[in-house]
Amino acid sequence: MCSVCGCGEGGAKLESGHHDHGHHHGHDHDHDHHHGHEHGHDHHHHQGDDLHYGEGPAGVSVAGMSQNRLIQIEADIMGKNARYAAANRDRFTVQGILALNLVSSPGSGKTTLLCKTLEVIGAEFPVAVIEGDQQTSADADRIRATGAPAIQINTGKGCHLDGHMVGHALDHLTPAEGSVLFIENVGNLVCPAAFDLGEGARVAILSVTEGEDKPLKYPDMFASADLVLVNKVDLLPYLDFDVEAAIANARRVNPRVRVIKVSARSGEGLGQWLDWLRAARAMALAARVPVEG
Amino acid sequence: MHEMAICESIREILQEQARSAGFARVERVKLAIGALSGVEVEALRFGFDVVMRGSVAEGALLEIEEVVGTAWCMPCAASVAIAARYDGCPQCGSYQLQVTGGEEMTIREMEVV
Repeated sequence: MCSVCGCGEGGAKLESGHHDHGHHHGHDHDHDHHHGHEHGHDHHHHQGDDLHYGEGPAGVSVAGMSQNRLIQIEADIMGKNARYAAANRDRFTVQGILALNLVSSPGSGKTTLLCKTLEVIGAEFPVAVIEGDQQTSADADRIRATGAPAIQINTGKGCHLDGHMVGHALDHLTPAEGSVLFIENVGNLVCPAAFDLGEGARVAILSVTEGEDKPLKYPDMFASADLVLVNKVDLLPYLDFDVEAAIANARRVNPRVRVIKVSARSGEGLGQWLDWLRAARAMALAARVPVEG
Repeated sequence: MHEMAICESIREILQEQARSAGFARVERVKLAIGALSGVEVEALRFGFDVVMRGSVAEGALLEIEEVVGTAWCMPCAASVAIAARYDGCPQCGSYQLQVTGGEEMTIREMEVV
């Protein structure tokens, strides 16, 4: 099982599309089998004819006490991902890159919205895309058709991207300084919530063909979002979807979240979303910390 | 959520600790899991035994301390307890809450041999 995502056999795979190299990404698997002879109770070791009482884990023997030790560590279980994410974030800060983690359920129209976005802002400043999917490079192909450099990460059985996969994708993609990097996460409103990728902002996309109660059903995702895009609003006349209720639900789990209503198809609200992007990029550039020397 | 992934991380931390602190086996692990961490404790228990097989923590006893969710209610200007992110303030019903605790996912302590 993959030690990072833990979701099954078969590690994540990177597909750059420029050259044929499906990069199989194996994580280290620890299989240390301990054939220990410790039994968790008081015992001593024989060496020749000598008796040693100080060689147990506690280093001392107290009659009636076990050699067990209590270790207090307070180790963050997500610490490893946090370290990879921090390394990615440093890289973005140094290069003035605005990295966006796009999260949604499958079928929310993420890729279509992203293609429309790239068609406009790809002409204004450098862009790059990391596409996460379980399988296929179909989405990366769609992105490359807009002229934007893209790399596909296939997570295999994995249900989310993590900091490690993104760091590796960055090595291949090498986004330009001052660019906007879109990281399209695996379509899933559950697992990606817990995995920081080092992004500058998290953008959740909720389409009006879904339920207005999604922010309450998947509160972790909406609580961690900086911006919610309510997509496919051109379909509203045909649906019973209550946009205001959906927005109220999002604010209930995340009072500070910003919401923009968009339609990738009709273009409604795209201007507002692009303005948000331009402003966020300007801030990433302003906060840039170049390496000295 | 992704409890198997979390179990894998725990396994990795325990293996590293076994190397650095020099012990052969973990008999008991105590985790602190916040009510707002997104972790399903029962799923974690299920995954734990399976994932720890073949590691220093094979057969280890898993103890989980469930940490309550707390938030700062802006209208009340007080710290209140919440069970879920979509909960309102138990005093005034407002959703103007800033989560202040209950998001942790940590290994507190372990008993080793």
